[in-house]
Amino acid sequence: MSAERSNTKVYLGVFAALAFLTALTVWASYLDLGKGRNIALALAIAFFKVSLIAAFFMHLKSEKRAVHALFYGAALLALLLFLLVLPDLGLP
Amino acid sequence: MNDTRVLDTSTGIPNGKLGMWVFLASEVMLFGGFISSYVILRTGSPYFSIPPREMLGVPLATLNTFVLITSSVTMVLALDAVQKGSVKGLVRYLSATLFLAFCFLGIKAYEYHHKWLEGITLTSGLFGSFYYTLTALHALHVIGGIVFISYLLAMALKGRYDSREHARVEYAGLYWHFVDLVWVVLFPIFYLL
Repeated sequence: MSAERSNTKVYLGVFAALAFLTALTVWASYLDLGKGRNIALALAIAFFKVSLIAAFFMHLKSEKRAVHALFYGAALLALLLFLLVLPDLGLP
Repeated sequence: MNDTRVLDTSTGIPNGKLGMWVFLASEVMLFGGFISSYVILRTGSPYFSIPPREMLGVPLATLNTFVLITSSVTMVLALDAVQKGSVKGLVRYLSATLFLAFCFLGIKAYEYHHKWLEGITLTSGLFGSFYYTLTALHALHVIGGIVFISYLLAMALKGRYDSREHARVEYAGLYWHFVDLVWVVLFPIFYLL
């Protein structure tokens, strides 16, 4: 279980990426790309950061199938919740 | 406590770890429910007014995001240290994580105080009520993390963890990274958009 290689360099690399993406998302929020594009860009960066944290810090990358099913299942249900409310907002 | 060695479960995953993941899956739905109702009202309600950007305090929130990301790294380095058998490293990184967690709460408290004085309160409108509900729910999770990490630190100082037995450090790490992950989502939706 704890056989995953401890890899300090990888953790520091992920940290650098997260710090860069935080700066990028703040910078991008001051650009006027149009409301829709600003939202899409901010959410895309947030999704990428969440994926990095889950994959490397939470070791989801090297986790067993039961854990994948649990976490992705919950994420899918949360996504479904968002998709189900879209018609109420008059969005596509 | 010693379940790093207990691998005879039907999933091959120690019970404590599986339990933590089930808990985190339920947390995804808890925050997911709140965030989706925030999206509905922000997009669909004519009464939802967003305060001007200057009132939101983006620089301070950005600093707090850096603080929390750094605490996530120190937490994973704590696990890395104990896996390599360094109890000294474990104590050092757990202490750093605790310190950063308190910094996060301190900055948050300062932010609350200023927002309140500027007129963004729990009852000032939909933005205020969602902002305080979600960020306070997140802050409660940070406090929970502080309790968990303090316990680990006390046990580490007593010499209870080594390269073979450190399951709880891993479980606390999962929890703490999830708290970081939630903040990564809350930060853009409350401050940047």
